[in-house]
Amino acid sequence: MNSSIQLAERRSDTSFGGFVAAAKAAGDLVVQPRMGFSTVEQMRAGLIAVKNAGVRATGTITLDSYTRVGLHGSARRALDNSDNLNGYPLVAHGPVVTRAMLDGVMDETFPIQVRHGAALPGEIFLTLMAAGLDATEGGPVSYCLPYSRTPLHVAVDAWTRACEVLTSRADQGQQPHLESFGGCMLGQLCPPSLLVALSLLEGLFFRQHGLQDISLSYAQQTNLDQDIEAIRALRALADDLLPDVRWHVVLYTYMGVFPRTEEGALTLLEDSARLAVRSGAERLIVKTPAEAHRIPTVAENVRALEIAASAAEAERLLGPAAVGTRPSAVEDSSVYQEARTLVEACLELSPDIGTALRTAFARGYLDVPYCLHPDNANRARSVLDPQGRLEWLQTGSMPIASSYQAGSASQLQAAEFLDMLNFVSNGFDTKALNARPGDRRGEPRRSLTS
Amino acid sequence: MIRDPIRSRPAHLTSIRGPWATAHLPPQGNTVIEPIARQSRAPKPADKLVMVTSVASDSHTWNLVFLQILLEELGFPVVNLGSCTPDDLIVEECRRLRPAVLVVSSVNGHGHIDGRRLIARLRADRELQDLRVVIGGKLDVTGGADPTLSRTLVDAGFDAVFSGDAGPAELQSFLSQLSPKVLANGREDR
Repeated sequence: MNSSIQLAERRSDTSFGGFVAAAKAAGDLVVQPRMGFSTVEQMRAGLIAVKNAGVRATGTITLDSYTRVGLHGSARRALDNSDNLNGYPLVAHGPVVTRAMLDGVMDETFPIQVRHGAALPGEIFLTLMAAGLDATEGGPVSYCLPYSRTPLHVAVDAWTRACEVLTSRADQGQQPHLESFGGCMLGQLCPPSLLVALSLLEGLFFRQHGLQDISLSYAQQTNLDQDIEAIRALRALADDLLPDVRWHVVLYTYMGVFPRTEEGALTLLEDSARLAVRSGAERLIVKTPAEAHRIPTVAENVRALEIAASAAEAERLLGPAAVGTRPSAVEDSSVYQEARTLVEACLELSPDIGTALRTAFARGYLDVPYCLHPDNANRARSVLDPQGRLEWLQTGSMPIASSYQAGSASQLQAAEFLDMLNFVSNGFDTKALNARPGDRRGEPRRSLTS
Repeated sequence: MIRDPIRSRPAHLTSIRGPWATAHLPPQGNTVIEPIARQSRAPKPADKLVMVTSVASDSHTWNLVFLQILLEELGFPVVNLGSCTPDDLIVEECRRLRPAVLVVSSVNGHGHIDGRRLIARLRADRELQDLRVVIGGKLDVTGGADPTLSRTLVDAGFDAVFSGDAGPAELQSFLSQLSPKVLANGREDR
């Protein structure tokens, strides 16, 4: 009897969500790289390096572009020709080869997530399940609108079926985990309230289709205080909207134009770790200083994980005192109010969340600024205020008001737009170049935004 | 007469710290293709209409958004076809909307391949063989180090090539030299 209970407990610990929950209980931030290689040998070596990094990390298998768009024959030919792909061709390698690649690597101390970018993920999900993997990410909106020309209704149908594939083995003890990428739309210049709303709506979509263990994403934006407000809003709304599933928040280190200087890039990475701790995010997807120039190596990824984990630990030891002034209640923040309004406006459209999402985009109730996908209204516009807060310049048909007070111009100029795109990289690079290493050796890197 | 592209010095469409420099690298687009929806929203054929597009293999969009804002600021109505645009879609939309100029922007390093294929399609079309077509961005993986690239693309049929490291001024200069006749209907006898 005892041993079977122990076995059951051990099994639940092997789930992706269980690993993150255990880390949280221990006070640790889970860190995770972006990482994908063509060959089984490279992929396995990369995963082992992350596993042995000495930080509380989850592994990543990032898939290649051919696999993302379903061109598995092209991926196969590239493997046969020893061409380097920009990720692991999961379907071309197949479940048997992948299971062997993972043998002795993936276990209860090291869960692994498959990251793919596919608007139509069905074949990828079938293959990863057959390979013994059960954690992945994306969403019907977040992997459709930014990167594909797939109609939204086609993606919604595909993700409905894909969720069924993921949950099909729940009775065999597999506890699948699905992360919404909705908090990362376009990587930059999407105001936090819409990121929070889309993350929640995709989380609700996943729950409606049987997922019991999910994560909600948020990508670091341009202002630390605003980001803290956003993640607090995300957590508060998830408490209300997702009371009956296990969820956690995953933060992404800044995904827009990245600083060119190593010092600037590392400060931005450390800022994201501090943000994760201050806001209570459980997991952090890191970036490396190589990001501005090329795809990072395994060693660079491991170093980024170590730096992020170390910054998070330092922030945790500082305790609540490190957290600056915050609104007395999360409900008072504009991010919370706007996100709540957007979610409610969408949910009112249909009890079926996929239908509600399609209708909301068709009517412009949800409208991602600067997103050119044919199913996005693209009437909304965002702008940076003088403090670097990301605000609404125009809200199109969304049920929220423009939040930008600092100027009267309602039309962005090209030069201003370019400055917005480069606001973070320029700010961190300038800071780094103004502080020569010799002047401050041994000092902790200080943040621009804190 | 094919114009000499080098008349506007080899140039990026924007500064070297352009939006694509290190922006979040999205995965490639999807294979399911449908024509642009909500065509009623697109401007009707109009004077000075400029069409902005990427190429089939490139899913980047910030470069396209920047170009749209820039061109609108210069007073041109813009139709933006977005990223991952198949050749068929570009040809179809050019025939339908008759832009004065087609601006092709690509930053994934494969623009010289996709661009040569696209311009051959456009020049083979009787209705589009005189359309003004320019291309710019990060067109190969050398970061502008290949001096023959612009010439190759012009020989293939582009009216101008903007690669290297100049700014929006070069595109503006090209547009300002277009005759009223071109701006009115996208064609003139060459």
